Amino acid sequence: MTQTQKKPTNPKKTQSEPPSSSSSSSRTGMKLIVPLQAVVQGRNGFLLGSLIPLSLFYFLQLYLKRRRSENNNNTPSSPTTLLLPRSSSRSNLSSRGSISRVRVSKLANVVAKRDDSLYYVGIERVEKDPYHVKFNPNGIIQLGLSDNKLSLDLIEKWLVKNLEGSMMGNEDINLSINGIAPYQSFHGLNELKIALADFMHQVMGGSVEFDPSNMVLTSGATPAIEILSFCLADHGNAFLVPTPYYPGFDRDVRWRPGIDLIPVHCRSTDNFNLNITALEQAFSQARKRGVKVRGILISNPSNPVGNILTPDMLFSLLDFAEDKNIHIIADEVFAGSTYGSEEFVSIAEVLDSEYIDKSRVHIVYGLSKDLSIAGFRVGVIHSHNKTVLDAAKKMSRFSAISAPTQRLVTSMLSDKRFIQEYIETNRNRIRRVHDEFVDCLTKLGIKCAKSSAGMFCWADMSGLIRPYSEKGELELWEKFMSVAKINITPGSACHCIEPGWFRICFTTISFEEIPVVIDRIRKVVESCKSSD
Amino acid sequence: MKLLSTKATCNSHGQDSSYFLGWQEYEKNPYDEVQNPKGIIQMGLAENQLSFDLLESWLAKNPDVAGFKRDGKSIFRELALFQDYHGLPSFKKALVDFMAEIRGNKVTFDPNHIVLTAGATSANETLMFCLAEQGEAFLLPTPYYPGFDRDLKWRTGVEIVPIQCTSTNNFQITESALQQAYEEAKNKNLKVKGVLVTNPSNPLGTTMSKSELNLLIDFIKDNKDMHLISDEIYSGTVFTSPSFISVMEILKERNDFKDFDADISERVHVVYSLSKDLGLPGFRVGAIYSENDMVVAAATKMSSFGLVSSQTQYLLSSMLGDKKFTKNYIFENQKRLKKRQKMLVNGLQKAGISCLETNNAGLFCWVDMRHLLNSNTFEAEMELWKKILFDVRLNISPGASCHCTEPGWFRVCFANMSEDTLNLAMKRLKDFVANSINGEGCSNNKKKTRSTQASRSFTKKSISNWVFRLSSRDHREQEER
Repeated sequence: MTQTQKKPTNPKKTQSEPPSSSSSSSRTGMKLIVPLQAVVQGRNGFLLGSLIPLSLFYFLQLYLKRRRSENNNNTPSSPTTLLLPRSSSRSNLSSRGSISRVRVSKLANVVAKRDDSLYYVGIERVEKDPYHVKFNPNGIIQLGLSDNKLSLDLIEKWLVKNLEGSMMGNEDINLSINGIAPYQSFHGLNELKIALADFMHQVMGGSVEFDPSNMVLTSGATPAIEILSFCLADHGNAFLVPTPYYPGFDRDVRWRPGIDLIPVHCRSTDNFNLNITALEQAFSQARKRGVKVRGILISNPSNPVGNILTPDMLFSLLDFAEDKNIHIIADEVFAGSTYGSEEFVSIAEVLDSEYIDKSRVHIVYGLSKDLSIAGFRVGVIHSHNKTVLDAAKKMSRFSAISAPTQRLVTSMLSDKRFIQEYIETNRNRIRRVHDEFVDCLTKLGIKCAKSSAGMFCWADMSGLIRPYSEKGELELWEKFMSVAKINITPGSACHCIEPGWFRICFTTISFEEIPVVIDRIRKVVESCKSSD
Repeated sequence: MKLLSTKATCNSHGQDSSYFLGWQEYEKNPYDEVQNPKGIIQMGLAENQLSFDLLESWLAKNPDVAGFKRDGKSIFRELALFQDYHGLPSFKKALVDFMAEIRGNKVTFDPNHIVLTAGATSANETLMFCLAEQGEAFLLPTPYYPGFDRDLKWRTGVEIVPIQCTSTNNFQITESALQQAYEEAKNKNLKVKGVLVTNPSNPLGTTMSKSELNLLIDFIKDNKDMHLISDEIYSGTVFTSPSFISVMEILKERNDFKDFDADISERVHVVYSLSKDLGLPGFRVGAIYSENDMVVAAATKMSSFGLVSSQTQYLLSSMLGDKKFTKNYIFENQKRLKKRQKMLVNGLQKAGISCLETNNAGLFCWVDMRHLLNSNTFEAEMELWKKILFDVRLNISPGASCHCTEPGWFRVCFANMSEDTLNLAMKRLKDFVANSINGEGCSNNKKKTRSTQASRSFTKKSISNWVFRLSSRDHREQEER
């Protein structure tokens, strides 16, 4: 009976090799095998000999199909899904159970549901129980937002001295007929563009000039990224983005522009530096899947790691973009927050000295980090691409900067002496807090990635997590939140491929509060070690 | 050249339309009393510049507010880092109170249902993202604000299907027009997600009647998928009777009379802004009001892309919180608008031009120049518009750019210039009309004719070649729409 036993396995073998084979190829296979069987076995065996393998074959196809679709649901960072990773299935259930029968858009459904990303959850938890040195000393200390509180006093002092002139009555801020912007100025008053171009030149080391006519102003860097996404790619296209990356990018690029972010994983062995080979791989894999990559999105200085791209790396990046004919969006919002020995080099500087096609590079900047005025909403898109600038100017209508704020900021930025003093003092303060903080962490046995800029350290806590996985990392995060009462951002929220890394912002506390934070961290470290 | 997105390279932002081209011409040759007395007078900009002095005097009396101080103490640090998309609570409270006051306190608004956005432009776009998918449609009564083509369609991919209104009933919405629009959408395979109206209307400058509002609510009542957006940014500019009735009032009434469907209140959304009522377009303050929790939640998060500066929120929370100021401001502002509108209407009358008799709100009049057209066509309207732009040197908005079904109507703004400038504009217009009547070839045509030839030979001065190119491009674009 060996022959009959062999026959049923044949169809399965030939058909299971390509599991996604179409039914037509399987049918031709059946056509071959079944009559052969009949010939070999004689009439009686014909029915059995064909029915059994047939039914077995169809059940196999069904099983493979179901497994494939399950796999798709279970890969959270699958680039083909445009939904926010990890949370979709659970929250779809919750929205199905909601009372309202009113239909809103799919996008609204996705956006409205509670964020599962610990980046946002953490921020929310702090809001419910915020630390205050006097009124709530047992509250949660916010170390998960890269706000700069270190140098607000300098700005406050400037305002006290100068506000009389810059808000009321004279030509600087006037609410008279001439002061109200006609429709074109929604992309920013010229005076502010000029002042910002100067500021960017100063804060980035004084070696690159920015042309105000290449700038479009927006209410913060957040809409700047969204607008560039709308301009550079269509719904369903993708950007490559090195990990770990700022969690907000998922919102800015995926939500309304509908563009996917394909992670390009960086490793601790390289100090999380960008790797062109990894970029190449990600690009070709995407191409194989039929996904159109339209650009690379980088943050330099990097958020959350804090490292700076060297001029060499910038050149390599430009070469890569040139080769693949794609865009580069460089988010340089932390350019002025350097504290290390490395000097920051803007991608604009590298453009100047090369024959590279300038129209593929777009820079995003803002005053939320370097000038601490996140609430005022001042962002910049800088591009040499005339079409992008034209489109961005029109889109800035949806995200324009408030006129009195434009006037105030223009005034402030035009005080060159103040700005020089501010940049230097701010940098020194950041350096001081950073050095002390990293020193204390090291004493606790926690090493940080080498960084030269930013308002945070990228701390390696992989030694404290059990198991060495995202689950272990989440548990540690919860420990920090509920036991130590500090909010830090877990690497998984930043799409880091290695578990156990955390972003800890140190500019939201004063130098004097560092021991308080370190103390709390020590508690958790000790409890982790003791539970070993 | 690398590829850019279709959004960046297409022109569905609508900014090639004559509405915006007129502004560009104005920018090249703007009128100035002293420096450029022969320049183009801007009458296409719906801005309220009549009551700045009231704002300025309030600011002068409250220097602390501008100085980031509250009760003498500096609150700069709180404001500097305040980027909570839920908005400054004190500002939201002051804003909803202001909105209620404008509506005679007949309705109240819950600050928890307000979403702050960078202007009504952003509010309208955000609502589209929240309520409709790409390729679905909203019905809009014509004529409508030209900016809607950009705000509602461009980045969202949503379509607009017009509800044709005509001068026979002063452009009010009728049931048959609504049904017709709905059918048209169906024929084009467009799923209709709702209706968007501007009340008071731009460009008509009229408030909606109770029956119109009830008609709209009846229309969306039985279809769970349909929403009603009421853009009420001109609600504070109603200067004469009938008084303003907000859709929220109608909802409340129907709620009271138990003639309501529990879902309706979740499908009606109001858009507001301080750009028109307070004359502060540069401040970029807009709001979405909705009883639908999902919409509020989604819109709140999307407002990250257009947050209002904390400095502005604080400033306005103080200003709008000064109830004495707001009461006086609303009253005085309306008085001035009424006076100014009368000036415009009188001036137009002297030129033999009438406007919509129901004009009781807004910063403009909907003016009837059909009798000045060579023929009852949009080509003739475009010609007339160009004559008025280049010869008379007034920038006004042609009805075609507002998608009006009847040629010959124009929107003329009156609140963005001084009285002297307005008088000059009226004089120029009077002279122009008088000259045309005296027969430099322009035939006054009160009857509807169906001639399709644009009669270029009738114009007084020769218009340069590029204007012809301009006109043919506009013509093509109108046909595209």
